[in-house]
Amino acid sequence: MSYIKPKFRHPRLPTNKLGFTVADYDGAISTLCAGCGHDSISAAIRNACFQSAIPPHRIAKVSGIGCSSKMPTYFLGKSHGFNSVHGRMPSVATGASLANRDLTYIGVSGDGDTASIGMGQFIHLIRRNVNMTYIVANNGCYGLTKGQDSATADLGSVAKGGAVNPFDGIDLAALALLQGASFVARSFSGDKGQLEPLIRAAMAHKGFAFIDVVSPCVTFNNHVGSTKSYAETREHLDAMPLDFVPMREEITTQYAEGTTQAVTLHDGSAIHLKKADATYKANDRRAAMDVVQQAHADGRILTGLLYLDPDSQDLNQNLNLATRPLNELGKDELCPGSKVLKSINEGLR
Amino acid sequence: MKQIKGINDFVVKFANVNGTGSASANHLFAKAIFRMGIPVSPRNIFPSNIQGLPTWYEVRVSKKGYLGRRGGVDMMVCVNPQSMEKDIASVEPGGYFLYDSTKPLANHLKRDDITIIGIPLTEMCMKEFPVPRLQQLLKNVVYVGALAALLDIDFRVLKDLLNDQFKGKEKLISSNVHALEMGYQYAKENYACPLPIRLESGGNVAPHILETPHILMNGNTAAALGAIYGGATVAAWYPITPSTSVVDAFAKYAERMRIDAGTGKKNFAIVQAEDELAAMGMVIGASWNGARSFTATSGPGVSLMSEFLGLAYFAEIPAVLINVQRSGPSTGMPTRSQQSDVLACAYASHGDTKQVLLFPATPQECFEMTVQAFDLSERLQTPVIMMSDLDLGMNDWMSPPLEWDDSYEMDRGKVLDAEGLDSVEKWGRYLDVDGDGICYRTLPGTHPEKGAFFTRGSSKNEMAVYSESGEDYVQNVDRLLRKFETAKSYVPKPKTHPPIKVKKPKTDLRLGALFFGTSASPAYEAVEMLAPEGYPIDTMRIRAFPFHQDVDQFIHDHDMVFVIEQNRDGQMRQLIMNECEIAPDRLTSVLNYSGTPITARTIAQQIRQALKTKSAEIVPLKRETA
Repeated sequence: MSYIKPKFRHPRLPTNKLGFTVADYDGAISTLCAGCGHDSISAAIRNACFQSAIPPHRIAKVSGIGCSSKMPTYFLGKSHGFNSVHGRMPSVATGASLANRDLTYIGVSGDGDTASIGMGQFIHLIRRNVNMTYIVANNGCYGLTKGQDSATADLGSVAKGGAVNPFDGIDLAALALLQGASFVARSFSGDKGQLEPLIRAAMAHKGFAFIDVVSPCVTFNNHVGSTKSYAETREHLDAMPLDFVPMREEITTQYAEGTTQAVTLHDGSAIHLKKADATYKANDRRAAMDVVQQAHADGRILTGLLYLDPDSQDLNQNLNLATRPLNELGKDELCPGSKVLKSINEGLR
Repeated sequence: MKQIKGINDFVVKFANVNGTGSASANHLFAKAIFRMGIPVSPRNIFPSNIQGLPTWYEVRVSKKGYLGRRGGVDMMVCVNPQSMEKDIASVEPGGYFLYDSTKPLANHLKRDDITIIGIPLTEMCMKEFPVPRLQQLLKNVVYVGALAALLDIDFRVLKDLLNDQFKGKEKLISSNVHALEMGYQYAKENYACPLPIRLESGGNVAPHILETPHILMNGNTAAALGAIYGGATVAAWYPITPSTSVVDAFAKYAERMRIDAGTGKKNFAIVQAEDELAAMGMVIGASWNGARSFTATSGPGVSLMSEFLGLAYFAEIPAVLINVQRSGPSTGMPTRSQQSDVLACAYASHGDTKQVLLFPATPQECFEMTVQAFDLSERLQTPVIMMSDLDLGMNDWMSPPLEWDDSYEMDRGKVLDAEGLDSVEKWGRYLDVDGDGICYRTLPGTHPEKGAFFTRGSSKNEMAVYSESGEDYVQNVDRLLRKFETAKSYVPKPKTHPPIKVKKPKTDLRLGALFFGTSASPAYEAVEMLAPEGYPIDTMRIRAFPFHQDVDQFIHDHDMVFVIEQNRDGQMRQLIMNECEIAPDRLTSVLNYSGTPITARTIAQQIRQALKTKSAEIVPLKRETA
């Protein structure tokens, strides 16, 4: 890691439609190991927010504990952040979303934080369809405690010390599909061309958007024998490239006839799947489960948009919450007053 | 045999089988007495079970208005053969035993020092009502009818209550009234009515009862109303006895009072979480984001929430927790009352933590303190735990009516909005600008350029930047201690009563008693029992932690101080010793931890005992002569 973040910026950095440059979406300098996949994810989040022109202060970052959960410090320095407790970010995010439905919530977690200690909260976050983007930086190991296998480590993967993992890994994307997540994707930290549009689509989605990102740990899980090393991931990657077109924006990219498939989100923005298999439908949950299982059987890492429910209803809608954020309501809306209390007293006599 | 006598002053206990509809009949009995204007305090003593196990309902009638348990049973109404042997044995000599005489009382159970009243409840109902479920339910109403005759309950009041209860269901009203009349008639025809213990409406009660039109309500409902009036918008919880009815009541009132008239949408959110960890996480997430949010739980939930309580303490996030205490440890006795979470809550979570606690003693205080909890929590930017218990939360208490001042404004504490951020020269989340340990916070989404910071459970400097510097850490935790000191000036003060005058005191020692929550009512009663015996005892009811300096003063002003509480280890005593640096021998524990609420007789007896055995050892403190 380096210690000083250069403040110099090119004077003619491009701006988004709000007039922000990408530097306005920067965070503090990373303290993760040089070459860590997580830093690429941080950059992808920063770029996605810049490209989608979300005002930085209208984003709230939430995380749990671990290397992954340190990430929110390293992007969006003008956003509030909440580094909560291990495995419990989902509940904090749920409460935050209930209090103010108008902010964009980005949750960052890891495989330990989500697939082990936080499994219960993760599943229930999916079940409630909380309106947020949830990214797991998945490296199959515990970095901060020096390289123990995590619950997503693949069967047969060899740890740095030589031990062979005897357990099946938990596939978080498959689990999310099974539990009914309204947006499920997988990506690779080294594939920013795919990851950035996926994050933009996830933020545009109304409901819980899950992205499992394979993000190699350069220090403890990047050796021969590890199934989550850079080399191994690249070799087995089966990526579905895609573009994200925000609502009311013209499609400028030209696609050859029959090679793309468009998936429209609730707000009118669209995801264009390039290299799409004609039989693949992003809104078919069972088909998505099939292709994920097939890829697993074939020893491939299938990345891209796996599933999207365009009719998703988020928690705030399901609870029929006021359209004004609850944290803006005051005494007049909330306190029934002394007259009502008198009638309550009457009923208790 | 000398029968127990008394007008408006006795204890009736009902022994029933859980799930047979006895609860509503017993409630009808208590409510009728209440409607007659006579002080009454009913208590459900129930099993952790839905159907089949023994359950009891104890009704204390007290013209002086004592609402705690007295101890002892003057009349037992027993319709449960499972528990009959113990039930009949527990009646005071000279008392009364009413039972279902369809099956005659076994010889070995009979006592000749009590009055036995047999009413063939089952037989009467079998004859009169065709449906088995009705036979079972109305059996309970028949004994209430009999009690109306035996104890002189106003029959019209009973009928009115049934009319209210079954409004619009005429058939149910007529069958219930019929059952009442059957019992009434039978008692009249077969026994001398009324008994020497009986009721009398029209003023044979203490004057303070007559002054205000009282209400009958439980603490959990009152706390829920406090959350409504205090402006809570997010409730996250996990079902657990005895706190469940807090959120149930909140939901009921919110559905009535918090629906936006224009849109039909809700100005509140209730989430039944997957566990208590998540419930507290949601509360913290919502509070961090500027909504008033709360949860309700009991002991096992407190254990699970401790992790998040530590985060909220250290990261300085408001959170309101209503802890309706039950018997611990572990699952303990889930349906029995205790005050045994004092230490677990005061120091909840690992590391150096201190949490703000409130101790309500009445439904009125459950209401007021819940509102206060939101104000305190946002003012102090820390969790506030309201320490109710099963006895207060789930039982009906006679209470003066709830009051509301429409000029109330929520205290949202030190929160900088966009303008505020623009007006300050330098802002740091943990900069103690005012010197009271409370810093200025900002909410997400407030300002495009200023006020963003990282909330974390790890150590940080004043600017909210991650820091492992020992100096930063010490400065931060010392400031938290300063904030806890500041809290003393915000939390409710302890309550004292004017000392009781005793003509010929039997001791030179200055005696004092400290207590809190549901121990208060029987403690006051015990003090009044002991005064005529020559023991004047000053009282102080603690209402919050951190302790007000008056608590220290009270202890220093007395030679012998009793700490009355409902747990085994004298947790409040320990907390006082620890926080006020009081020597252990200065504080004498008076305890009950059987799971049933402490009685005035127990308290008086333990104090008598302590005076006998310990007072000789105590050297009166030197004090300045006035």
